[in-house]
Amino acid sequence: MSAGKRTARESRWLPWHAIAVFGFLYLPIVTLIVYSFNGQGVGGFPPRNLTLDWYRMLFADDAIWTSVLNSLLVALVAVGIALAFGIPAALALDRANFPGKAVFRRLVLLPLILPGIITGLSLLMLFRQTDVKLSLVTIVLGHGTALISVATTEVFAGLQKLDRAQEEASLDLGANYWHTFWRVTIPNLRLSIIGAALLIFTLSMDEIAVSFFLIGRDNTLPLEIWGRLRRGITPEINAISSIIFIFSLIAIVTWYRLRVGAEGQPQITGELLET
Amino acid sequence: MFSRAYRAVITLPPLLWVAAFLLIPYALLFCYSFWSVSPDQVIVHSWSLDNYRELFRVDVYLQTLFRSMWIAARVTIFALLLGYPLAYFLSFHAGKRKDLLYQLVIIPLWVSYLVRAYAWKTILGSDGVLNTLLQYVHLTKHPLEFLLYSPFAVVLTLTHIYTPFTFLPIYASLEHIPRNLVEASHDLGASPFQTFWRVIFPLSIPGVLAGATFAFVLSLGDFLAPLLLGGPSGIMISNIVVSLFGAAYNWPLGAAISLCMLVLVIALLFLSENLEKKWSFR
Repeated sequence: MSAGKRTARESRWLPWHAIAVFGFLYLPIVTLIVYSFNGQGVGGFPPRNLTLDWYRMLFADDAIWTSVLNSLLVALVAVGIALAFGIPAALALDRANFPGKAVFRRLVLLPLILPGIITGLSLLMLFRQTDVKLSLVTIVLGHGTALISVATTEVFAGLQKLDRAQEEASLDLGANYWHTFWRVTIPNLRLSIIGAALLIFTLSMDEIAVSFFLIGRDNTLPLEIWGRLRRGITPEINAISSIIFIFSLIAIVTWYRLRVGAEGQPQITGELLET
Repeated sequence: MFSRAYRAVITLPPLLWVAAFLLIPYALLFCYSFWSVSPDQVIVHSWSLDNYRELFRVDVYLQTLFRSMWIAARVTIFALLLGYPLAYFLSFHAGKRKDLLYQLVIIPLWVSYLVRAYAWKTILGSDGVLNTLLQYVHLTKHPLEFLLYSPFAVVLTLTHIYTPFTFLPIYASLEHIPRNLVEASHDLGASPFQTFWRVIFPLSIPGVLAGATFAFVLSLGDFLAPLLLGGPSGIMISNIVVSLFGAAYNWPLGAAISLCMLVLVIALLFLSENLEKKWSFR
């Protein structure tokens, strides 16, 4: 076959294009990390007087660590809410027929596709109408609700690969639905669920557009950073951003490994949008 | 095989939750857009079209909406120009490194929006990395002021953020193309150029549409990048909404603008979904 010669010609510029795009994608992240060690501050080329001072400053900064704790708390509860409603939602979309199913499917996915401002404002109006005071609780409700979409897509993808004969066998052998769910369905979806939890946790830790409108007195980490950015920038923000990047990186790579283990290369949102 | 009780138990809780925290809030947005604010800043629950009249009467709203659409359109085009060839390269030419490269694309996708927008701010500022680099190598004498606080900065940052979003569906659609179609085209004597334009590209159109919709819709509603990097000339429609919900205190008018955005977005999603179906070969 002469395909080799043909691809050789067209692939001459493609690798260079790919390198350029990767450069574009990673340049800001690399810059961010390099300047977190720069003694001269955020700007200035070349970076000089490498130092760990900004990290030292960061570790002594109580306001940041309070906001980190708030974010961890919010993310953990959001994972709980999103899974508690996202797993049944995926099951319902997979195996139940009910009036309004098509609308329900779209509604669940909407926060993933809609600009965050619309979801944030709509929830703000709900809390206003029901006289709920804005606090970390309202942020948790916002994150949990918006991220049901992620839990549903991930678990729905897992369900497509699930062999229903196992559940059927369990029911035939006399286990009730409750036992079948906990002993057969959930263990089979294990990888999808852990993957979804990781993704939801990471997204909640980083979320800002919805939180922006639902914030009370206590800041989450992204909102604490946002507040400081408006007052001017210091390499301390580079330092915390670099740490966020490292943690996101670990979570994403772990999630990816889990998804590959479960079903090959993942396609984010793909399966559910295509059905 | 599943009993009615089982189906009710898996269906009702998510249905109720989603109704309470998504359906009702979106419906409230609709209601608010017909209400008004009294001079002593109380929401008046009387129904009228005044907010919508205001939208069309005062130029700044429509102008800003069009400017936002123009920014979003540029982001979409750049994201496609960066994302499509990359997806094509990964799908057809990356060989063994495909998996690693794929991970390299999705990592920035999930890395904090704020971190990336902030990084661009430190690069583009007048004392920023790029300007000091240009002066260091004597390409410029003075900092280039247009880099930060301009629509340019917003388009650049949003392109950076939404390129991986655009890449994903395109890559997925390229991966779905049966390879024997491509081989058949080669074997029947088509040039690589013809094979691409007559076989591969038409089959990837659903992915292109999905990717373009993501990029356009999400950048259209963005308000953080313009606040951080846009300056006065980079204001987008969501920034007006934010100020109406904040200092300007006119929630109903803000709701009316949001609802217009929501309708526009849903119309686009609907349109793109139908076009995708039309172009899908399954």
